[in-house]
Amino acid sequence: MANEQSNSANPNVDLKYRRKKNAEEMKHQVITFVLMIFFTLLSFAAVGIEGFSHWFIKPVILLLAVIQVIFQLYYFMHMKHKGHGTIALFLFSGLAVGLITVLVFTTIVWL
Amino acid sequence: MQTDEKFTDATWPAAPEKATLEGKNKYLGFWLFLGGETVLFASLFATYLALKDKVPNGEAALAKDLFELPLTFVATMLLLTSSLTSVYAVYHMKNNHFKQMQAWFVITIALGFGFLGLEIYEFNHYVHEYHHTFTSSAFGSAFYTLVGFHGGHVAFGLMWFISLMVRNARRGLNLYNAPKFYIASLYWHFIDVVWVFIFTVVYLMGMVG
Amino acid sequence: MSTYANKKGFGATIWDYLTTVDHKKIAILYLISGGLFFVIGGLEAMFIRIQLAIPNNDFVSAGFYNEILTMHGTTMIFLAAMPLVFAVMNAVVPLQIGARDVAFPFLNSLGFWLFFFGGVFLNLSWFLGGAPDAGWTSYASLSLHSAGHGIDFYVLGLQLSGFGTLMAGINFLVTIINMRTPGMTYMRMPLFTWSTFVVSALILFAFPPLTVGLVLMMFDRMFGANFFDVAAGGNTIIWEHLFWIFGHPEVYILILPAFGIFSEIFATFSRKRLFGYSSMVFATVLIGFLGFMVWAHHMFTTGLGPIANAIFAVATMAIAVPTGIKIFNWIFTMWGGSVKFTVPMLYAVAFIPTFTMGGVTGIMLASAPADYQYHDSYFVVAHFHYVIVGGVVLGLLAGINFYWPKMFGTMLSEKLGQITFWTFLIGFHLTFFIQHFLGLMGMPRRVFTFLDNQGFNAGNMISTVGAFLMAFGVLVMVINIIITSVKNEKVGNDPWGDGRTLEWAIASPPPFYNFKQLPLVRGLDPYWVEKMEGKKEMTPAEPLGDIHMPNSSILPVTIALGLFVAAFGALYHMDDKSWTLPIIIVGLLITFGSMLIRSVKDDHGFHIHKEELMDDKDKGGKA
Repeated sequence: MANEQSNSANPNVDLKYRRKKNAEEMKHQVITFVLMIFFTLLSFAAVGIEGFSHWFIKPVILLLAVIQVIFQLYYFMHMKHKGHGTIALFLFSGLAVGLITVLVFTTIVWL
Repeated sequence: MQTDEKFTDATWPAAPEKATLEGKNKYLGFWLFLGGETVLFASLFATYLALKDKVPNGEAALAKDLFELPLTFVATMLLLTSSLTSVYAVYHMKNNHFKQMQAWFVITIALGFGFLGLEIYEFNHYVHEYHHTFTSSAFGSAFYTLVGFHGGHVAFGLMWFISLMVRNARRGLNLYNAPKFYIASLYWHFIDVVWVFIFTVVYLMGMVG
Repeated sequence: MSTYANKKGFGATIWDYLTTVDHKKIAILYLISGGLFFVIGGLEAMFIRIQLAIPNNDFVSAGFYNEILTMHGTTMIFLAAMPLVFAVMNAVVPLQIGARDVAFPFLNSLGFWLFFFGGVFLNLSWFLGGAPDAGWTSYASLSLHSAGHGIDFYVLGLQLSGFGTLMAGINFLVTIINMRTPGMTYMRMPLFTWSTFVVSALILFAFPPLTVGLVLMMFDRMFGANFFDVAAGGNTIIWEHLFWIFGHPEVYILILPAFGIFSEIFATFSRKRLFGYSSMVFATVLIGFLGFMVWAHHMFTTGLGPIANAIFAVATMAIAVPTGIKIFNWIFTMWGGSVKFTVPMLYAVAFIPTFTMGGVTGIMLASAPADYQYHDSYFVVAHFHYVIVGGVVLGLLAGINFYWPKMFGTMLSEKLGQITFWTFLIGFHLTFFIQHFLGLMGMPRRVFTFLDNQGFNAGNMISTVGAFLMAFGVLVMVINIIITSVKNEKVGNDPWGDGRTLEWAIASPPPFYNFKQLPLVRGLDPYWVEKMEGKKEMTPAEPLGDIHMPNSSILPVTIALGLFVAAFGALYHMDDKSWTLPIIIVGLLITFGSMLIRSVKDDHGFHIHKEELMDDKDKGGKA
């Protein structure tokens, strides 16, 4: 019962296929990681190198952070796999509540 | 349901973390918890942004006086890399390679401790060099609370990993502990997600002014 | 191994309840403790009304009045209404979706004990130097300067019980998503289950801001932080926002389950399918969604500016739309049905006009410019008692009467129930209707007395008389419960005769595994569907087999107890007492030690074997 997920008659064939899929996915993960490091370097460079206006830096590094987080969620945390609809609904609802909170705290707290 | 039954590579399910009802429940419940944690950290971020550079007098340190690129950069690299190593660990878990999984988790833990050490050094530095403390200003309270909450999560995650590793060191993978390892690694990724926003919003934007 | 409840001694029963992870027993625990706190909160309300019965009264001092008023609000919301809602949810939701238990039975128990110890901690403040006295909202500008430890009890007690609530919320979400019986699609879920689902989502997103707010308050008061201290750069508005980002969804967390209970009752006692089921679901979700966008209407007079006020005013008024949909659907459910006026149905029918009145004053308060006039007057007090008592409390009383036979296997007396209903309802309107006018005449809320010759005398006296009528009604209900429990006349699975949903298909009270075989659901109101085809029970969805059940555990009690002990240390830490640190450490050791035992010791649960189930015919556990 426990191995109901290996759905081929010969489990060894299935195993080979699964191993290959897993290895492929791992390759994607490494690429994701390289990209994330690259974005991080860009962010730090944007702040570290003199001469950019903060009107340029702030939106750019925020955007880079958002992209990184999407990578993290969808690749590292496997949200791109199917069956994550409910999870996405709740995570993004939480995010929406959080964003409204941040918006309010940066606009209507008086000081 | 024999959850501690031994598996061969061939009988090991493709998604061991979700192969039992308990595993499925834990998996979903933990993701929902992360949804709540998102709001928790958003509230802390909001509080920090409202109180950033709010200090009682002109002598107190501001964000742009405090933060330094190199330290933040090293900390970020440590934590980002630890995220990848825990992905490797989960990869080996899915292949039923217990030893490799353990090895990658050990590396993850080591990187986590490195990060935590840097954070302690950093806080210590601010307190002694700039007299920027938890009680010195509203800015100080908000900064240490936000970053400290994250640091507390890192510490909790490390304890979690360690107790899982110690507990399961001898018995290998089964469908009872696979969800536990998987969820601990999800938690670790979430900590990383929060850190991405911390280094961007607190440190980098703090340095920009 | 099996844990069949044979005749047990008193000590064994207590131990059973301390260690239980069974949702039905946890429901009873919530009911008892919630009921207890309801009585305490009610006594506080009586003190308030006695003090305000006549002008210049000196029944209580001004300071003590502040404490009573704060504790009345805090107790009623957090320690009475919330657990009573959880009592009904725990008792009913797993049965309604055809599950054998909740997704995380251990967490369910832990959630209860955290709530319980939090509530006890908060109430111990009465005996340890004074209760909190800054109102249930505990605005930072007031509470930071409150002397003594009252506010610290508030902060730590609510923090503890808040964790418990968050766990319960996640638990119900996972239960409803993952553990529905075959055929129970989302759009076949009973409306009470739907409202539990939406409410749990609200809990998930609303409680973290409260947690953060309480942490900041704790840091400010106990560890010298400056979040709300303006002199050090802090900002007291942050507390107001955090509190209301939590606080407004909280009122929907309370009212939506009441809506769910009423939906079940209207359909059952009109012997008709709920009118506009899908629009009811839609309205529930929409109320939950809009509930997060309106919190600043509590802060119109704070000075957020006209744009912010306008946005929040419009969003607030929008909530009237889904609520209106619900009101009409309930009326149309009764329309043309063969209505039976049982006690639960009486509450349901009385709820409609009562709650609508509260809704209408809500719209009045939502107009920001007018709100400057109503703010902080008895008009507001009248409004929120009309929605909370007229909605939540009537809903809970209805629900307790309705589900009593399912929880305890015996019916509450209809005659005594009617006495409770009429005295409570008349008393309620006497108490609060007049307060609208007192408010409009300028009587401020939260003030311990009023002067003679301001025209407030008659109104306040009427209000106090009404409060005594309500108290009488509750007293009759307690007597009713005692008499019923002593008589203990057992009833069958469907005591109301018109049960529609799955819980009425199994014995009252259900066996501890709920369903011997999981039932197959073939439509909305599954039990009714089978009844209409002349069947007496549900069609099973699986063959008879072993049932996997979780083990009992004492660890939830010790985890919660450890935090309770540590909270005392944290509370007195600011007094520079030497014993506080050891107390904190001991408490945390108990908690983390218990958590470690929990994670190191494998808990695979146990199986009830097929053979035992087959011997069990008379327990009526068949689906």
